[in-house]
Amino acid sequence: MLVELGHFALMLALMVALIQGVLPLLGTLGAARLPWIPLSLRWGWLHMARASTFLQWALVSFAFFALEWAFLHNDFSVAYVVQHSNSLLPRPYQFAALWGGHEGSLLLWVFLLGFWSSAVAFFSRSLPLSMVARVLGVMGLISFGFLCFILTTSDPFVRVFPPAMEGRDLNPLLQDPGLVIHPPMLYMGYVGMSVAFAFAIAALLAGRLDAAWARWSRPWTVIAWTFLSLGIGLGSWWAYYELGWGGWWFWDPVENASLMPWLVGTALIHSLMVTEKRGTFKAWTVLLAIAAFSLSLLGTFLVRSGVLTSVHAFASDPARGIFILVFLALVVGSSLTLFAWRAPQVGEGGFVNLVSRETFLLTNSILMCVATLAVLLGTLYPLVIDALGQGKLSVGPPYFNLVFAPIMVPLIFIMVPGSLLRWREAKIADILPYLWVPGLGAAVVSAGLCFWMGSWSWGVLGGFWLGAWVALAGVQQMVLRLKRPGRIGGSFWGMQLAHLGLAIVVMGVTGVKSFEVERDVRMGIGDEVQIQAYTFRLLGMQDVKGPNYEAVRARVQVLKNGQEVKTMLPEKRRYYSSAMPMTEAAIDSGVLQDLYVSLGDALQGDTPQWSMRVYYKPFVPWLWAGVLVMVLGGFLAALDRRYRMGYATESQGEGGETAAASLTPHATRA
Amino acid sequence: MTKRQKKFMLIALGLAIVASATALVLNAFQSNLVFFFTPTQVFAGEAPKARAFRIGGMVKADSLVQVGMTHEFVVTDNEREVRVTFTGLLPDLFKEGKGVVAQGELDSSGRFVASQVLAKHDENYMPPEAQHAMDAAAQRRASQSVKP
Repeated sequence: MLVELGHFALMLALMVALIQGVLPLLGTLGAARLPWIPLSLRWGWLHMARASTFLQWALVSFAFFALEWAFLHNDFSVAYVVQHSNSLLPRPYQFAALWGGHEGSLLLWVFLLGFWSSAVAFFSRSLPLSMVARVLGVMGLISFGFLCFILTTSDPFVRVFPPAMEGRDLNPLLQDPGLVIHPPMLYMGYVGMSVAFAFAIAALLAGRLDAAWARWSRPWTVIAWTFLSLGIGLGSWWAYYELGWGGWWFWDPVENASLMPWLVGTALIHSLMVTEKRGTFKAWTVLLAIAAFSLSLLGTFLVRSGVLTSVHAFASDPARGIFILVFLALVVGSSLTLFAWRAPQVGEGGFVNLVSRETFLLTNSILMCVATLAVLLGTLYPLVIDALGQGKLSVGPPYFNLVFAPIMVPLIFIMVPGSLLRWREAKIADILPYLWVPGLGAAVVSAGLCFWMGSWSWGVLGGFWLGAWVALAGVQQMVLRLKRPGRIGGSFWGMQLAHLGLAIVVMGVTGVKSFEVERDVRMGIGDEVQIQAYTFRLLGMQDVKGPNYEAVRARVQVLKNGQEVKTMLPEKRRYYSSAMPMTEAAIDSGVLQDLYVSLGDALQGDTPQWSMRVYYKPFVPWLWAGVLVMVLGGFLAALDRRYRMGYATESQGEGGETAAASLTPHATRA
Repeated sequence: MTKRQKKFMLIALGLAIVASATALVLNAFQSNLVFFFTPTQVFAGEAPKARAFRIGGMVKADSLVQVGMTHEFVVTDNEREVRVTFTGLLPDLFKEGKGVVAQGELDSSGRFVASQVLAKHDENYMPPEAQHAMDAAAQRRASQSVKP
């Protein structure tokens, strides 16, 4: 019964979303446009924005929890529960199994969209009502689209009769803490981009875009970006330890689908900075916001349409793909049309000097967009060729690596001067003292790291130098800033930590790619394999039993320079519910490297032997650490006090001073 | 420098970045496209000799042989077969009688030396390319049987 109520709540939510999407927007149209509607009615419609938003989210939440109830109570009369759950499944996974499949993950999407809409409705007290109405209206239309999609093609509440005796169990690959956290975080990011989009559309509809608009949009965009970063990082980490092959980025189309909004989102954040501070790049910022959300939607299409061969792809039917394609075309088409129509009114750019912070931020935008287009080309080309019937092909990781790295290198390099230069007009000579110190220090660090790892090449040196250059420059800026009196806003820490985090990731990537060692070996009891200073010895095998699986577990002893350091326990599991075996790799994470052992099959022969994959992966923990630092930076930046103080402090803003301005006491702040 | 000249420089800078990036991308693209061929196409000699490509279809039942760390099996689309050899750990979802996609090169003896065997997330999931190979072969057989 509760399931039916949840289903009904979803239908009601659809109606409310329609109200939320249409009426407030109509209410913003002036008397000239809608003369036959009395002012009081239009005024009422404007005020409906917040109420309908909260109501819509409440209804969707009810539906969401109704489905969770079905999962947690093993209601096997619901088809979706049967497909993705099992009575032996541990509780946390029963909860998370809701988003383990297509229909449920869409419900999660809409639930989070309602959450973001409600958050905007709640925290927008200082915004003019017409702006709030437009933003919530656009988000309401998006909710309407998704709810339509769910109710027509992907309904999780469909019953099955007669009810099944037992569920088919959650895919063993997903029975992992990663499932509990990765999709919600990633979706928070994806859906959060809709807020930036809604703000951009609202500005276009109003025909007005000022610095205040940028100041309102910025924290929302930063929070969305932060969640997206976290989601991507978690996905990468999860793939690393779950898939058993030690890879952490495969340029898989679904991974690309999450990376592209992130790249554009980063460009958007930086562009918003310029719009807020200098009132230029307005049209560009709006375009980036549209692009970021469009890429989010495109990602949804890619994952759900069944056109992809990917570890991730939900096997799906064409009707869904067509719906999303049409929806995507509608959203992108109408927003770009609106942009073409209204941008001239909105974007009256000022002038930009060649040497100034604005130019460097513009370069950031350009490079990010070029990288996005390159990734998009590689991701979409196979689909287009296939759709044209020209054959099936794929674009492998070598293309992406060849293309992405050279574009990122200049981008990372200019992060340092970009964060130091003044607004409007600057001179490189002013910041030289702050450049050569980190530059030299970075050279020392990179040489030192190469020496310690035992080999070098220009590429490795360059990669380490780049990361250390940004990191040391950041540390220098932070130290010098701390020496000065005065409050330091969240924006400053946010910028420093986000840049520092990226620098750590860059060094991690360079280190792993250059120095990792992978060995596929066959080992019998007592056999050893040696990588660098580590020796791995197979001590024995044992059978173990889990809650819903049984496994063969290997005991591998790890010795470093002859001393025992650790015992690693890789497993090969067989879940009761399916005949699929699953590899559970053993990973030992240190500060500077990971040791990774994966158990293969038993080999035929006279003596019992097993195929095993042993990895030495230096610098991998830096990848995860770097992402966490970036995420921390993002949260600090979003929580800067001046955003929370609202409209009033526009001219008294404190957090966003340039680092150079604060470092050189005699320089005037623009 | 006049304002106009500065503007020009900015635009030139932007264009330079975009142009070099485009050249880079297109160059990398050309050499990294990996085409897909069905066993029938490989048998007919359509697959390139000295370049990596992908092959897909179904793993023929009882064809998997393991010699040490090297696995040998046969990929079929129910019309033609190709012998494949792969050294390393096979993905968990690899099974005889199920769909498979492998990436690698043909050696001189017509055997496919795989550098990668692709895994899917579902035991019943057939990679679209493999499905396509099987369907294409089935279609050919159907049209042939209709001819008088």
